[in-house]
This record gives sequence, C-alpha cells and structure tokens, in this order.
Amino acid sequence: MPIISGVYEVIWDATFQLVLLGSLLIGATSGTLGAFAVLRRRSLLGDALAHAALPGVALAFLWTQSKALPILLLGATVSGVVGVLIIEAIVNYTRIKADAALGIVLSVFFGGGIVLLTHIQQSEVGNQSGLDKFLFGQAASIVRTDLYVMCIVSALVMIAVFLFFKEFKGLIFDAEFLSALGFSQRVVDLLLMGLIVLTVMVGLQAVGVILIAAMLITPAAAARFWTDRLHVMVLVSGILGALCGALGVGLSALAPRIPTGPVMVLVATAAFLISVLIAPRRGVLARWVRLRANALRENGQHFLRAYLALQTQDKEEVVLADLASELQLPLYRVRRLAKRLGRDGWVNTHNGACSLTELGHKEANFVVKSHQLWEYYLVYRSILEEDHVDRPADEVEHILTPEIIEQLELILAQEDIDVSGDIHKMGSGYRRTGKDE
Amino acid sequence: MLHAVDESVTPIHIHDMTVAYHKKPVLWDVDLAVPEGKLVGVVGPNGAGKSTMIKAIMDLVPKASGWVHIYGKPYSRMRQAIGYVPQRESVDWDFPINALDVVLMGRYGHVGWVRRPDKIDRELAEEALEKVGMTDFGHRQINQLSGGQQQRVFLARALAQDAQIYLMDEPFAGVDAATERAIIDILMDLRARKKTMLVVHHDLHTVSQYFDWLVLINMRIVAAGETKDVFTEDNLNKTYGGQLTVLSEAAQAVAHHQRGL
Repeated sequence: MPIISGVYEVIWDATFQLVLLGSLLIGATSGTLGAFAVLRRRSLLGDALAHAALPGVALAFLWTQSKALPILLLGATVSGVVGVLIIEAIVNYTRIKADAALGIVLSVFFGGGIVLLTHIQQSEVGNQSGLDKFLFGQAASIVRTDLYVMCIVSALVMIAVFLFFKEFKGLIFDAEFLSALGFSQRVVDLLLMGLIVLTVMVGLQAVGVILIAAMLITPAAAARFWTDRLHVMVLVSGILGALCGALGVGLSALAPRIPTGPVMVLVATAAFLISVLIAPRRGVLARWVRLRANALRENGQHFLRAYLALQTQDKEEVVLADLASELQLPLYRVRRLAKRLGRDGWVNTHNGACSLTELGHKEANFVVKSHQLWEYYLVYRSILEEDHVDRPADEVEHILTPEIIEQLELILAQEDIDVSGDIHKMGSGYRRTGKDE
Repeated sequence: MLHAVDESVTPIHIHDMTVAYHKKPVLWDVDLAVPEGKLVGVVGPNGAGKSTMIKAIMDLVPKASGWVHIYGKPYSRMRQAIGYVPQRESVDWDFPINALDVVLMGRYGHVGWVRRPDKIDRELAEEALEKVGMTDFGHRQINQLSGGQQQRVFLARALAQDAQIYLMDEPFAGVDAATERAIIDILMDLRARKKTMLVVHHDLHTVSQYFDWLVLINMRIVAAGETKDVFTEDNLNKTYGGQLTVLSEAAQAVAHHQRGL
C-alpha cells in the first residue's frame, strides 16, 4: 500500500480522530501545567508520581477485575500520591535528601508495579487486560468514554490555571511575599500539586508511566527559550504540548506497533533542541553570534590601538609582523584581521605592511579615547548616576551612554587629564589573546 | 508588663516572643513596642535573628511563644497595614516576569483570590515605579536589571501595597550609592507621611545618619530606643560580642556619631 493513501485512510478513520483528539488534549494539558511545574522545580516530582502510579493501576485491576479507565486511574492516583507523601516524609523525618528519597520511592514503587503487572499477565484474565500499555503508553487504546474523562480533566485543569494564574505566579516567584499578603501558601501549593497529579494521571494511558514526566518538562523547557513573560510561556508550552501529542500519535499511527509515548517524547525533544539552538536572545546560536560579534569588534579595536602605538612620526606604514608581536598573535591572524578591517575601509594593506585610512584614523582615535573614558568610568562610576546605565547583557559600548560620557569629560576636564588620544599614556589592555578572524 | 503600652497607637507591639527553628531558639523573649512614624533600624550580627523577627511579625515563621499586635490587633486582621521588602536574594531573578508585573504583586492583597488586578491597581503600580525612578524599566525583564534596580523594584512593590507600616530586610545590601540615596529619600518621605518603618541594616557607619530609632538585636533585644540613647559603644559591645573587626568599626562609627552631636 502506498504510504500516501495509507496516511489518507488513517486520517479519515473515526477511531484515529478520537485518538488524535485525546493526545492533543493530553499534550495541551501537560504542556500548560508543565510550565508551572518546571518553574516551581517540581518536574521530577511529576516523574516520581507517574512511576509510583503503576502498582496502583495493577492493584485496582486485581481488586475490581475491571479495566475501566476511571477505576484504573483512581488506583493510579492513590498510589502516586502515597508515593509522593512517602518522599516528603522521608525528607522531613530522616537525614536523607530529596533526590535520594525520590530515587528510593520511585524505584520501589515501579519495581512493585512491574511485579504485579507480570503476575497479572500470567493469570488468565490478565492476557487481554492491556495493562502493559501503561508502561509506554498506547494512544490507540483510547475509547470514547476515555475521551470524555480526558475532556473533563483537561477542562478542569485549564479553568483552574485561568482562575488561579495570579496566585500560581506569586507562589512561584515569591512564596513568602504571597503568604504575607494573606494567600495561604499551603493552599496554593496543594492546588498546583493537585493539578499536576490530575495531569499526570490523565496522560498515563497514552504516554505511559515512564515518559509522562517528559511531556510535563520538555514543552515547558522549550517554551522558556522563546519568551520572558509567564503567560506567553504557559501558552507556548501548551500549544507545543498539543502539537507534540498530535504529531506523536500521527507518526506512530504509520507504524502501529510503536508505542505512542516514546514518539511523542521524541517529537517534544526535537522541539526543545530547535528552541535551544535558534531561539532569539536565549538560544545558543544567538548567544554565539553575540559573543563572536563582541570578539571581532574587540580584536579590531586592539589592532587599531596597536597600530597607533607602533606608528612613528615619519612613517605612515606599520609592518604586520611588528603588529603581530605587539598583539602577541600569530601573523596569519593579524593578516586576516587587517583584511577584515580593510573591508570596513579602515586599513590599506600592501606588501606585508599596512596603513590606516582617514576613516581608520578617526576610528582608532575614537577607540583610544573611549578606552580611556572607560577606565575613568570604572574609577568614578560610584559618583555617577547609575540610573543612566543601560545594560543589555554584555554589550560594553552601550554601557557608556552619551550623558555619562559628557559627565566623564567634565570630570576629566576638571582634573586636567588629557583624553586627546595619546596612545603612550595607555596601559597595554589590548594585549589579549582572544579569538579573532 | 513594666510599662503600659497604648496599643491603638502602637504600630508594632511584640510581647514575650520566642521563635525556634527545629527546637533551637533563634529569638528569645522579645519585647518591643515600636512607636509610630519612626524610621527604625534593626542592627545586629549575622544570625542574630533580624530577618526572623521581621518574618515572625508577619506570621511567616511560627512562634514558640508570645504574640505580635499591629495597632492592637493580630497580623491576620491587619495584613493590609503592612508592606514588605524581602531580601533581594530570596527570589529567582530569572523568573519570566517584567518589573511592572513584580510591582503589581504588591496589589494582590487588595485584589484578593481569583480576581485580576484592575486599571487602578495598574496605575498604582506605575506610580510606585515612578517613585523609585524606574518608570522606563517597567517592561524590562527582571534579570536584565542591575542589583540596585532590582532592589528598587522590590521597594516599589512594597509602596504599591499602600501600607501604614513597612518591614524591610536589608534594602541597602549590595546597591550602588545612587540607589542607596534614592531609597533613603523615599524612606524619609514615608516618615514625613507618618509611616512606620522597620529596616534591617548592616552598615554601622550610616546608622545614626539614617535612623531616628534603633533596635540592637542578638537573639534577644539588647537595646531599643532613640538612636542617640541606644547607639553607644557599650551597647554595640553587648550586641556584637567578641567580633573584633566589627567592634573596631563600631567604635569608629560611634566616635563619628558623637563628634557629630
């Protein structure tokens, strides 16, 4: 069967639409709540909760012999919450730290769950129970009544997030301040934890106990790269989660024997990696471009200052090799630097020597002067208005605003300090071995 | 009680308060009546319980014994009378939020559960930002602010609470000279408007210059009263015990203070 018609058939299949809608809801809910869980540093607790839910699923089945989703999820919730309470008890009443307590409870409950599950699989009724789907998740097992449960839970979570957005924001940013205002920290925290429990439980069937935490963490972590506003982050995270859910189901439908959970998580991870790389400002590429632009500019400035230092009255030209030893850089890098500055129209290179153009001289004098001003700024900044300092991250040239330069020049004028750009008064600040062209 | 306290005009009245962490007391038998309209410094060595005292006033840490009254009533009924500036290090400044939103949190107590801050709250927040000279930074992500600017945002948040009493935990820690001046100007202005302030402070040199009332504390109240009566070498000796470097600093500060009188 050609793959195109395969896709076509799958999309128009009623069961598939059901499954797709379910996964979309799960992704959206876990993405939305994940933003809060990650910022509150509770994301691993979601993981413990999910793993600790497994024995509950098995016990609920053994007890009732029913595989109705609400019953299984009730069992899951009870054992998940018991697991989390045990973690808190261990942390509060022993000297064991949170990470170890989490590890202990998570593995014991999960181990117990696996034992029970194996026991059920080997018994007669167990064969058809499909409980093993709870390990890695199988969205295909979603039926109409399951979807109703998911819809209700998702709606509950979304409404709660909408209503208590302000309280959650306050709790995560400054819990103590929020309590001082009269919002019980315990109540807000319990509410948030309760929503996380609901979200994890409703996602168990489709994503599985092992990986559901990833659906909580990954979209939120990816969303953080794109924005500095909480409500935008929550929105982006929810949408990303929904996309991952839908795409995950779509992809795994093409190869029906692959469980949906891992595919969803892989899609989410891809979204995360893309965010890490290309997000503006916070992304790795943006950061790299910034650092590189800084390094290039700095090296260019060092070149110009070294040129002025070496230039003598009678000779306009400076030999590149001399510049190299002055800058303590290998000759090939100085050559590349000269070439780049030549493109800017500052430097003329010929036969292993170079000279500054008129523009280059202007720039060099400016560099020397601002370097000197910078040094004086560091000395005098305590008496200048800090208000006027604008600091977008690491961009040095933005730090000295025109007002500050004006003030500095006044100070310098009073102290009769020469800022005409006489290089021989300068320290050897440019002798740095940074990266260059 | 040795002396009667007229509670209706006493902003903060602490009686026989003991606070313990894990059964280890950090504050013993604190008795304190802060007079209205004073700028009060709280001074003492590290671990003296200065922050704990402020938190205990707002029921943020449990008391082992004793009580605190705000204008004669328990804190739970007087929350809106108190504004709070916590230590700057107490929060994660990488949180996705801008300066104006942080200041708006000062209105949450007035807004109440579930409801959103409205236009008036927003205006009050902007006004508070303006008072601390940060109008242009309202939409700046908080991790792009300098330490001094972050401290101003915290102060603005407390101003937005529109309170009678302000509790401040080291508002001058790690700020630049310009911010320190700006903050002290605001505190003086609050005092002129009969607000009462309790300010945890570290720099002994500026104590007599900034505060008209002083609480010296080292797990218990060593001395409390008008700065000119309380800020003495003897009292500082009692407060700082054997900490030599601090003591010589203290002696200098006191000498400076007395020359100034």
